[in-house]
Amino acid sequence: MSDEPIVQMTGITKDFTGVRALDGVDFTLRPGEIHAIMGENGAGKSTLIKVLTGVHSPDAGRILLDGEPVRFNSPGHAQAGGIATVYQEVNLTENLSVAENLFAGREPRLGPFINFRAMRRRAKALLSDIGVDLNVAAPLSSYSIATQQLVAIARAVDIDAKVLILDEPTSSLDREEVAVLLRVMRSLADSGCAMVFISHFLDQVYEICDRMTVLRNGTLVGEWATADLPENELIGHMLGREVETLDALDRRRPHDRPAQSTPLVSAAGLGRKGAVAPFDLDIHEGEVIGLAGLLGSGRTETARLIAGADRHDTGTIAFDGRRIGGHSPRTAAARGIGFCPENRKTEGLVGDLTVAENMILAMQASRGWARAIPPARRSELVAEFIDKLDIRPANPDLPVRHLSGGNQQKVLLARWMLIEPRLLILDEPTRGIDVGAKADIQRLVAELSDAGMAVLFISAELDEVTRLSDRIAVLRDRELIDILHEESDMTTDRIVDTIVTRGSAE
Amino acid sequence: MSSPTLTERPTRSTLFDGLSRYIPIGATVALLAAMYLGGIANYPNFDNPQLIPDLFIGNAGLLIVAVGMTFVILSGGIDLSVGSVMAFSTMACAWLTVEAGLPASIVVPAVLVFGVLSGAFTGAIIHYFNVQPFIATLAGLFLYRGLTLQISDHDMSIRDIDFFSWGMQRIEFGDPRDGGFSLPYISFIAFGVVILAFIVLHYTRFGRSVYAVGGSEQSALLMGLPVARTKVGVYAISGFCAALGGVVAAFYTKSANPLAGVGLELDAIAAVVVGGTLLTGGAGFVLGTVAGVMVMGMLTTIIAFQGNLSSWWARIVVGVLLLAFILLQRVLARSGEKRKG
Repeated sequence: MSDEPIVQMTGITKDFTGVRALDGVDFTLRPGEIHAIMGENGAGKSTLIKVLTGVHSPDAGRILLDGEPVRFNSPGHAQAGGIATVYQEVNLTENLSVAENLFAGREPRLGPFINFRAMRRRAKALLSDIGVDLNVAAPLSSYSIATQQLVAIARAVDIDAKVLILDEPTSSLDREEVAVLLRVMRSLADSGCAMVFISHFLDQVYEICDRMTVLRNGTLVGEWATADLPENELIGHMLGREVETLDALDRRRPHDRPAQSTPLVSAAGLGRKGAVAPFDLDIHEGEVIGLAGLLGSGRTETARLIAGADRHDTGTIAFDGRRIGGHSPRTAAARGIGFCPENRKTEGLVGDLTVAENMILAMQASRGWARAIPPARRSELVAEFIDKLDIRPANPDLPVRHLSGGNQQKVLLARWMLIEPRLLILDEPTRGIDVGAKADIQRLVAELSDAGMAVLFISAELDEVTRLSDRIAVLRDRELIDILHEESDMTTDRIVDTIVTRGSAE
Repeated sequence: MSSPTLTERPTRSTLFDGLSRYIPIGATVALLAAMYLGGIANYPNFDNPQLIPDLFIGNAGLLIVAVGMTFVILSGGIDLSVGSVMAFSTMACAWLTVEAGLPASIVVPAVLVFGVLSGAFTGAIIHYFNVQPFIATLAGLFLYRGLTLQISDHDMSIRDIDFFSWGMQRIEFGDPRDGGFSLPYISFIAFGVVILAFIVLHYTRFGRSVYAVGGSEQSALLMGLPVARTKVGVYAISGFCAALGGVVAAFYTKSANPLAGVGLELDAIAAVVVGGTLLTGGAGFVLGTVAGVMVMGMLTTIIAFQGNLSSWWARIVVGVLLLAFILLQRVLARSGEKRKG
């Protein structure tokens, strides 16, 4: 492994409409290494990557590629220079075939015409190189997101990339797929390709990375070899606060709930064909119910039925003991159910509206359009919640799309807290956000339930579910298989046991 | 390396997928066949071998314009200026040859070049200034219609220009009295445009980028595809097709009417949609557009044969068809999503 850096970024500075996203950051990448960029949301990881890949041009600083100064104006330009990127959201076109997506823009040709046969053959070979076997002539849309991600990686690999950037590539993959991906990364690194890996999964970072660069608030904290930086120190560097904050996030005290109160929400035989089998679930005031299960086990579908986002076709749902007929997001909101969907970009936030406008959307809707919220009251509320949730940058007039994922999630949370719901449904509120924001959100859930709000909490991270929940509903294969309620059952092992044993018993 | 291989079969069978892609165009073709058979059953002389070829004479201009529109719609855009550009081109041909006395062999290529440039200009505005295609091309709709009327507010005949008699000369296929039929050159121009468009869309990088941009412009950009070139390109093609449509109209009518092609852009869009192209872009076929144009021509023909119906019935039926096809597309898209889970 040569120590001559392939990429050297020095003094990179980037401003966005008054916000300094990067401030004099240095970054060095050597051939054949896998290098993690670590930091909280809003630390500047994405901005740094986008500067390197030509999406943004830096306001100051320089980039050396193979010792030559470069300046990319577009991703295509960077790609031609040997820098390929795989993003968190799959950036391929679903309407084209797998093979076409792999070779778009550089299809094998016969004269001016695309040679489809050669393209399919090469696509097949390329995918089998990384251990994936697909029908390459099928449209990309017929495959799962995870597979699409692997196709995106295969595409990047084949561009003869000297530098491969993987921005949260594993956030939608399951364990087996992650294993395939990490193996692919290792073999690529061994063949001399330099890789930048961004992930919120610390175990993956420790498993695969040689080195890490830590950013915080747009500035460089430092660069370490992975072996020299234990996990708790890394988290300390990322957060810039004492490590105890995380340890303080103990399992929250369970509620002593009055035994025979009327449940706030009571679902009986609620189900929807193809989404989730009929289930019974009662939710009481001040209770945190965790929904646990593997990806695709029906967690989101369950939440959507309760929130009225999808229509149920069997069973009934009652609120305060009264049955609700036409259950829709509107009636749900009127009865005090707040729903934060999983996909915050497309289903929750309006990117071009400001932080303040996004926050007051639901509140305004519940008042009706004719009764505007007085501006003074509005800015007071917004300021209060920005402060309470520690939203950064604390600028209510910034369009929400300029915020990082964790902060967008907090804006969404604030929106529902403003209408003071009685039941708050959070679908993967901590997905893809950093440890600090995660801690903030977990603390908030605990506080809300202490104040009497019921919370339905969905997370792929089981320890998060066990830490917060009073009861845990376990799902498997689109069926609610058990509700764990004993204090001693609130462990990750118990959930996994339930999923495994109930599954094999059938 | 002995490592696990990840195998995934498409969640939808390829057979279904192959079929579902062809359902809209299949419906169009079935509709065409039904209309033709219904016509034969109800009207004498409907089985005249010249009937189908005739669809490609009166509609040659529309077909050419609709092919250009197919490119634009596939890329996720829309071009409302084509009717006006077409009328302007016809008028320019007439004025430059009749009033200015320029030779047609210079005027016609010049008009076509104008179409390309005007389309590319619109495309550049849409792409670089991020203007909505609807608005940018609406400006073209007014601009070129106004310019056309400025040149002349009445019909201008080009009967005296020899060059323009070429287009309607016919090639005979068999004896007309014996099951044969004939087609004028303008129909062959239209066929040539269709074949060229088919090859470009399906077998060239540019064509595939049109589909990619229509599928997701953001993704196409991040995949490093030449998005700017593609978007400017589709509007240039649409502009060229509109200008060529204007030249063909000059051949067909041998005159320039300043109010020709009013609303033609909407006919073209209707033909593209009825032909199975998704209005949101990314999916469709140029051959579907041919079927769409034939459906519209067939409707007019049937109404002519019926004799006692107002020609506006063609519009009514097109309206209903459009609605049906858009609903069909939605239903298919939704069943696709459902299968995917």
